[in-house]
Amino acid sequence: MAKYICKRLGISAGILLVVVFLIYLLMRLLPGSYVENMAIQLSQVPGAKPYEEWVAQLNAQYGLDKGIVEGFFVQLMNMLRGNFGDSWKYAMPVTEKFSQVIGVSFVMGAVALALELVIATFLGIYAATRQYSPQDYLVTTGALLGISLPTFFFATLLKLVFSVKLGWFDLSGLVGRNFQSLSPWGQFWDMASHLVLPVLTLVVVSVGSLMRYVRTNMLEVLSADYIRTARAKGMPSSRVVFFHGFRNTLIPLVTILGSSLPGLFAGSLITETLFAIPGIGYTAYQAMIAGDIPFSMFYLTFLAVLTLLGNLLSDIAYSFVDPRVRLGGQYG
Amino acid sequence: MDKQKALSPGRLTARRFFRNRLAVTGLGLLAFMFLFSFVGGALSPYSQSQVFYREELRQKEVASAQQNLQYRFYAPQTVSPVLQAQFSRFLGKEENFTYQNTLYRIATLGKELYGLYQGDSLLCLAALDIITTDKNFLFVQAALTAYTNHRQDFLFQTEAYRFDGGDILGREGAVGHISRWLVSGAMPRDFQAAALSAIEAGQTEFTWDSRSFDLQPDTAQNLYSLQEETKTRVWDSYAAPSRTHLLGTDKNGMDVLTRLQYGGRVSLVIGFLVVLLSGLLGMLFGGISGYFGGFLDNLIMRLVDIFYCIPTTPLLIILGAALDGMRVDPKIRMVFLMLTLGFLGWPGIARLVRGQILSLREQEFMTATEACGIRVSRRIFRHLLPNVIPQLIVTCTMQLGSTILTEATLSFLGLGVKFPFASWGNIMNDVANVHVLTSYLFVWLPAGVCLVLSVLGFNFVGDGLRDAFDPRMKR
Repeated sequence: MAKYICKRLGISAGILLVVVFLIYLLMRLLPGSYVENMAIQLSQVPGAKPYEEWVAQLNAQYGLDKGIVEGFFVQLMNMLRGNFGDSWKYAMPVTEKFSQVIGVSFVMGAVALALELVIATFLGIYAATRQYSPQDYLVTTGALLGISLPTFFFATLLKLVFSVKLGWFDLSGLVGRNFQSLSPWGQFWDMASHLVLPVLTLVVVSVGSLMRYVRTNMLEVLSADYIRTARAKGMPSSRVVFFHGFRNTLIPLVTILGSSLPGLFAGSLITETLFAIPGIGYTAYQAMIAGDIPFSMFYLTFLAVLTLLGNLLSDIAYSFVDPRVRLGGQYG
Repeated sequence: MDKQKALSPGRLTARRFFRNRLAVTGLGLLAFMFLFSFVGGALSPYSQSQVFYREELRQKEVASAQQNLQYRFYAPQTVSPVLQAQFSRFLGKEENFTYQNTLYRIATLGKELYGLYQGDSLLCLAALDIITTDKNFLFVQAALTAYTNHRQDFLFQTEAYRFDGGDILGREGAVGHISRWLVSGAMPRDFQAAALSAIEAGQTEFTWDSRSFDLQPDTAQNLYSLQEETKTRVWDSYAAPSRTHLLGTDKNGMDVLTRLQYGGRVSLVIGFLVVLLSGLLGMLFGGISGYFGGFLDNLIMRLVDIFYCIPTTPLLIILGAALDGMRVDPKIRMVFLMLTLGFLGWPGIARLVRGQILSLREQEFMTATEACGIRVSRRIFRHLLPNVIPQLIVTCTMQLGSTILTEATLSFLGLGVKFPFASWGNIMNDVANVHVLTSYLFVWLPAGVCLVLSVLGFNFVGDGLRDAFDPRMKR
């Protein structure tokens, strides 16, 4: 087991190295005068350093004065030391900005994931036990509709109905206008109410695929021999489904859960941007639009790490939950 | 007699597909969207970037009339400026003053009309009323005196004159104008006269040259604004749905329905080309990887791993922002977007094809083809690939939907398909304006509905195909 994990870690590190190099390459290949433009802008801020110093600092920071390969290794060494540089847009160390905004994203993602899991498991099993019934059709159609909904369209509809027509929530933002004057408890509720629509968007848009997954797996389990045996010996239907069936559908669910844990930190670029929630996604979006190379690079690298971690966790979780899985099959 | 009809596997699949209500609904949706975009777009009387105008009546200021608050001086002979300045200093305050050892006398001749005398001779007149005439100083004096004393008429050199509005009328008609008001603006002389008469008469509107003007008083600044209703051509923005524009017009005064149709073309064509590109690439790499195995397989699979790791959406956003910075032509951008999406989409398909081929390769029928001595290319294209196609079609159909979503999201953010080209995403872009979100639903709602229906259609069809291709399915 340890050997397997070590091997997977090694391969992941290799992949990560290549991906980081590709990201670096992309940043180097963006329009050439970029650093100069940025330096001009930075030096025009009142009280800023002169242009030449900015150019020198920026070039040294990213190894832009060196060749691509050499520059990459300079950058890599910086990254390994945890030095991702200063964000151009936010004018503070990238890691500091990151630690400010990651909390909201995590809370949003965690609440959404929990809701998704509960809804998907419940409805998936409900549909699977009534295959080809109208209820099954309804759930399947609903799931496909959720998958087909563009995030921005659904978010707009939610805003129209709940913010404009009903006036229950603000259109965007994380805190209301009177946030500062609220009691701590009031501040908590203010933030929570601002997160309702974004979380709803996240859940509706992504619950569909999870639901279909649960349904398919449940159908597979329900057609298995041991379920037929359980039914044949006269066990009540609910016990068959919820004891023998459900426990076996847990296998793919746990796998999914494992692979989506790192994703909790990734934030949701589009949803956060639509609702102007200052999480990692919205922050990164603004940075990317503004051409903030240090922050963009950090964000891309961070996402790549999360993806790799997710794959790794999912493999490990799979082998823990399902004893039938033989480890190392693919890479052995 | 054998009543059982033998059906080919293809026919069986088709039968299973058409029995699936959702799949048929999806097919109907797609057919409708295609007709709507391609036929509808061709039938539309407008083009996608045709701007419509409307005539708008606007009050436009053509001139303004300012009440004169500064004394004007009228003199028979030139008065030295310094003396004139002394005169204006003592206006209305003192009767007499001395300047350069000479005594001057100021006399009030009427309301806000003063005369400067040296001895008995009148040197200069100062008045707030402005008089314009070709006649001499004595006439000016007589007219001003009469006017400031609120008389309706006066005699000058045995001829009677009377005031009418701002005009001074003699026997032969107007010989001059007199008014407290000063008209500025590039309008002819007789317009000014007409305006002055109206102001003096206290009217709120007047006609001149068969045009009608409004007088808008501004008491704070002692002026009148002379306004005319003029027709202006403006973009017919956010026109409500009507017979000529079934879904109204958008921000730029373009027909929403036509843009929806052309946007559908863009979205669908981009979707198909992207999936075609990534499908071909995926099939090629997946096929090579699965069939030959070994080193090539390892290499390609690591490549797939790397591609999986690259965060797609942020990458597209960064590229979009960079293209924005370089001001790339919208047409080239569209091609670039397609290539990027296609190139980022192949790894998933490659992995699928590889897996399929790996499992098929071990099956008996492949061993049989080998035993029969069929050549390699025929083995691949005749026996292996046709068995991969069903899975591929399902995946590609589903991917069409998600590609259209990605493109729409990028265009919505302003980083994908750009104006003047329409796309369902960039039509909805306008909801960033809260006013549009709340009041002009006809601009953005149809685009969103079209988008949902198309993607839903692809997903229904894909789902139906998956079930239909599965021979284990009961129905």
